[in-house]
Amino acid sequence: MKKTLLVALLLLFVGSLHAQSGQVLLNAAGATFPYPIYSKWFDEYHKLHPNIQINYASVGSGAGIRQVLAGTVDFGASDGPMSDEQLAQAKMKILHFPTVLGAAVPSYNIPGVNAELNFTPQALAGIYLGTITKWNDPAITSANPGVNLPGNDILVVHRSDGSGTTYIWTDYLSKVSDAWKNKVGRNTSVNWPTGLGGKGNEGVTGLIQQTPNSIGYVELIYALQNHLPYGKVKNAAGTFVKADLAGVSAAAAGAAKDMPADFRVSITNAPGKTAYPISSFTWLLIPTQIQDATKREVIKGFLHWMMTDGQNFAEGLSYARLPRPVVEKETKAISLIQ
Amino acid sequence: MATPASVVERAAPPSAPRALLRRLRHGDEIAHLLTLIFASSIILITSVIVYELWINSHLTRLKFGWHFFFTSTWDPVFEQFGALPFIYGTLVTSAVALFIAVPLGIGAAIFLAELAPPKLSDSIAFVIDLLAAVPSVIYGLLGIFVLVPVMRTTIEPALKKTLGFLPLFQGPMYGVGFLTAGVVLAVMIVPFIISVSREVLLAVPGDQREAALALGATRWEATWKVVVPFAKTGIMGSIFLALARALGETMAVTMVIGNDPKISASLFAPGYTIASVIANEFSEATADVYLHALVELGLVLFLLTFILNGLARLLILATTQRGSVHA
Repeated sequence: MKKTLLVALLLLFVGSLHAQSGQVLLNAAGATFPYPIYSKWFDEYHKLHPNIQINYASVGSGAGIRQVLAGTVDFGASDGPMSDEQLAQAKMKILHFPTVLGAAVPSYNIPGVNAELNFTPQALAGIYLGTITKWNDPAITSANPGVNLPGNDILVVHRSDGSGTTYIWTDYLSKVSDAWKNKVGRNTSVNWPTGLGGKGNEGVTGLIQQTPNSIGYVELIYALQNHLPYGKVKNAAGTFVKADLAGVSAAAAGAAKDMPADFRVSITNAPGKTAYPISSFTWLLIPTQIQDATKREVIKGFLHWMMTDGQNFAEGLSYARLPRPVVEKETKAISLIQ
Repeated sequence: MATPASVVERAAPPSAPRALLRRLRHGDEIAHLLTLIFASSIILITSVIVYELWINSHLTRLKFGWHFFFTSTWDPVFEQFGALPFIYGTLVTSAVALFIAVPLGIGAAIFLAELAPPKLSDSIAFVIDLLAAVPSVIYGLLGIFVLVPVMRTTIEPALKKTLGFLPLFQGPMYGVGFLTAGVVLAVMIVPFIISVSREVLLAVPGDQREAALALGATRWEATWKVVVPFAKTGIMGSIFLALARALGETMAVTMVIGNDPKISASLFAPGYTIASVIANEFSEATADVYLHALVELGLVLFLLTFILNGLARLLILATTQRGSVHA
């Protein structure tokens, strides 16, 4: 009796010792936008492989890129692809792996207007450039026949904090408007020609809801989860599309044909009849050379799982999943990690 | 050889260690050393902060030089950075906050210290201390959901109607802007002014008060002409503590100021402050120059606080010399 207990205890001890020695701890940092699904993934992956623990700090894309470059984390995450200059700074090649997709939607508050508004790219660019200042401007009314729009001044709302959502929004406006591209450009924060800044999705939403005749952009996820009304946007094929997860995945599929080998691609204004035009990938940033063999295998294993089983968690958290062709290309890219 | 030496050693210096031991036992040396370390650690931390801010902002210091202080474009895409609108916003919101909070805070402190029954005074002071401990994000959320609509629909139109001839109260009213940020800041700093001023007023010796009353002063005259001047330095101290909090406040301000780096004469207009823009843009600042511009803004805020504190010291020095009372 005593002996068995002793043996059991010994086994337990050896077992725990073994688990400890096989414990792999990875540190990652970066974008805040995909944080909910990343933390879900790392948690689920830990359940499947109890010896693997991945810590993710949602410190923002900028900090994520800097930490990968400095080598203080095992891998990073970003809502915008790294620039050529940033990649040139890196000590080793850094790969981009798209994980899920997000989108930005135009939300508005016009007293007396309950209809779902249609926005042309020209209208959105004009509103955000400050050249379209009234709701009854022909650029808006022509796309919305039958809607009685007031002649009030438009109050533009944008994000005040640097964010991937702003990157998607300004990337889209840069593609559809040369004036925007030359005057403002694309970035996580820009020099806004007009409007008020709200902090975070909640700050933007708060300003829209409380200010009559306002328009702003929020993440699709945030709009879906909080049941915010938002408008349709005209895509490259000429149809007005209301953003949903399928439309965002369609945009990614449309762009997949011309996907560059390094996955640094903008899918705003993507071709495809059902594609929602203001969509974007979010990326994991993985160094190509990982000295520690166990860490390297763990990262590769995780990437495989993320592209297959992991994708099933996406829709439950309101992220759009990767389309099939993109997954196939990414799977091939995993072998580049050495 | 060895023996006498050791004897001498043992015989002569014992008084020194023993004296040291005695002083140690009394705590003087330890206390002196410890407090010296604590005091110098403050200087050390301050210099490390300034050093780090200085080193990490060299790109923008080289690129823009003094223009950084006097230009007002903030463009992360084309990498043009100027701090002027942020400096302006920081100073204006803090000034509005002090304009509201100083009379309110000192008035309340006088009531609590001099006029209210002690029991009432103590319980109100407890609530005020509670108010000082509310996290600033709570003030920000209350600001955006409660104060902003009230400002837009009621207070700002009323100000425009009555004081609209001043450029301060003109232009479109959004509800967010310098004025709203100043009001939220005022609510946040008023507990500091009340709490510290009340303690200072309570610390004024009773015989000062009694002497004034004995000379035939009314209760209010004794308070206003004797007690308050006596406590002036401490009250000033509370105001500058409050000012420091207002200058550095981030979350609450960014939620209600509109975050638009522009310089406008109207208090209704949206603006931006130094602390807010740093907090908003730091985490997503990818380019090096951009990051250095934000760090240099931190340096500017440090400088601003330094200058204002220096001015405060001078003000206190000037007024205490002119007045006859030394606290």
